[in-house]
Amino acid sequence: MKLFLILDVALGFLMARLRQSVVAAVGVTFGVAMFIALVSFMSGLNNLLDGLILNRTPHIRFYNEIKPSASQPVNRSLFFQDAENFIRSVKPKDQGKEIYNSKAILQALKSDPTVIDVAPKAATQVFFNTGVIEIAGIVNGVDIQAEEKLFRFSDYVLEGDINDIANSSNSIFIGKGIADKLLVDIGDVIQVTSPKGDISSLKVAGIFQFGLAEIDNVTSYASLATVQKLLVKPASYITDIQIKLTDIKNAPATAVALSKEFGVDAVDIQTANSQFETGSKVRTIISYAVGITLLIVAGFGIYNILNMLIYEKMDSIAILKATGFSGRDVQGVFILLSLIIGLAGGLSGLAVGLGLTAIIDNIPFETASLPTIKTYPIVYSGIYYVIGITFAMVTTFFAGLFPARKASKLDPVTIIRGK
Amino acid sequence: MENEPVLRTKGICKSFFDPVENKVLKDVTFQIERGSFCSIVGKSGCGKSTLLYILSTMDTDFEGELYLDGQSLRGLSNMELARVRNEKIGFVFQFHYLLDEFTVLKNVILPGIKLGKLTKEQLEHEAMGLLKIMGVDDQALKKPNQLSGGQKQRIAIARALINKPVIIMGDEPTGNLDKKNTEIVFDIFKELSLERKQSLLVVTHDDDFARRTDRIIEMEDGRIIKS
Repeated sequence: MKLFLILDVALGFLMARLRQSVVAAVGVTFGVAMFIALVSFMSGLNNLLDGLILNRTPHIRFYNEIKPSASQPVNRSLFFQDAENFIRSVKPKDQGKEIYNSKAILQALKSDPTVIDVAPKAATQVFFNTGVIEIAGIVNGVDIQAEEKLFRFSDYVLEGDINDIANSSNSIFIGKGIADKLLVDIGDVIQVTSPKGDISSLKVAGIFQFGLAEIDNVTSYASLATVQKLLVKPASYITDIQIKLTDIKNAPATAVALSKEFGVDAVDIQTANSQFETGSKVRTIISYAVGITLLIVAGFGIYNILNMLIYEKMDSIAILKATGFSGRDVQGVFILLSLIIGLAGGLSGLAVGLGLTAIIDNIPFETASLPTIKTYPIVYSGIYYVIGITFAMVTTFFAGLFPARKASKLDPVTIIRGK
Repeated sequence: MENEPVLRTKGICKSFFDPVENKVLKDVTFQIERGSFCSIVGKSGCGKSTLLYILSTMDTDFEGELYLDGQSLRGLSNMELARVRNEKIGFVFQFHYLLDEFTVLKNVILPGIKLGKLTKEQLEHEAMGLLKIMGVDDQALKKPNQLSGGQKQRIAIARALINKPVIIMGDEPTGNLDKKNTEIVFDIFKELSLERKQSLLVVTHDDDFARRTDRIIEMEDGRIIKS
């Protein structure tokens, strides 16, 4: 009943100053809408840019690194154990690129619950031959199903069906850069020379484009078996094992642990791509800062209008107090007034924000580097709307609080006697 | 309780300190019996309005004792004082102070809704009765800014009566009105006093008005010189 009465009085005041109230609410609407549009768009961009690298990067990659042996033979000798051994001109040792015992490692990783999936890879450098020209490149022998699951390979395919890699032997997907240089298209056959000098003929089954020239110009994909055949290696030959974890944050710790367990080198995504996380963070901070600044500016608008309203309605406040409304009731009236403006402005801000993001979502954005992206990226997430409306309400509450406290302290005697 | 005076003061003193100490009320002691129609008269600056605002609980910065309806008002919190004003005191000011945002009817029932003893429907019924007594019941659904000064003042009186206060206080209630409307307002007060046994305390400097009340309290220089 009491709240109802205060609401009633607040609405009365609101109606008396409808135009200013609407202007104040529009300020909040603008703030909330821009906040939502900005954050949704920025998050979309973040995902897009991160996706460029991070989607194609495993959380942990196991491989054999070329490096010197950790323990040199002289250190193992019992005779020199107590001596200080100086070894000069140590050379790195190539243990070969093959990961030993790969079957067992794959098996162990696949049964690990913290691992989403495992993608084995056999990569090798090759030459693509056209006429007398040799173009250096890389062939990645992959399990295409796992590759698709972990890295969404098909997002980057311009032409061809990725299942052809697995289904028809001796088929290959080549980067757009290579295809342009070799002047080949789907169905053409290209000559590939392995590092050992063996020449194979592979049929082009598809063309992809990752959007990074350094990759598109050198990389190609074929099935594991095709690459193993190319290199004349057994079916267990694998040079890389790539995994994705359920929680990317655990990657560094897991990498260290698994590396020790399997005796293979491991590198985690954070170490390999630390700059991307920094970029995303900065962009997120900027968009939140701009959005919140807009809302605070809107808050000042409400503050101004309420102050003006209180000045205008001094007589009314005085009479309310004289007829038995307490200071707290009067404070309630003005805070409620502010919250009504905030809620109305905030809710319409959510709607306008959704509309703005929908518009941005439909603006064409075509770039050669991102074949599957047709429009500007947007992330639709309820949490942005919750943050937007919450912050709008908090801002308007404080914008209303100070004028309301002023009104509650007004002395009716000075106003009534001042007449 | 019935024999207790509706309003009783003992040794009320009040000073303003701006710019120098100025004692405006000096040991004011008096009482008002139930159902009497009193007026306070005096020259400008004699402290009569100051006294009224102390009696009305809106000014709490004074020394002395104040009893309303047998209850001491010393040391009550602002919330409690607001409740006392709401329930026991009706105000009529020189200026009508109606809220232009609401209809006449709403203006009248607002203190009643605040008190919360009656439902809105009961209050509206009550308010219509009061407006009828005031002769302005046909204006109930208009906004106050569409009415004349005399009509507004009559509505202000209806508002003062809505919670059946033990006393009505008026600060120059006819100060802004012409002869004819002054007459109407006085007649209403007189009628309330006679028929409803309503206690009334009115500050005025209209001697003609004061002469026709039951009792005149005359003030000079912060003291009651005749009552």
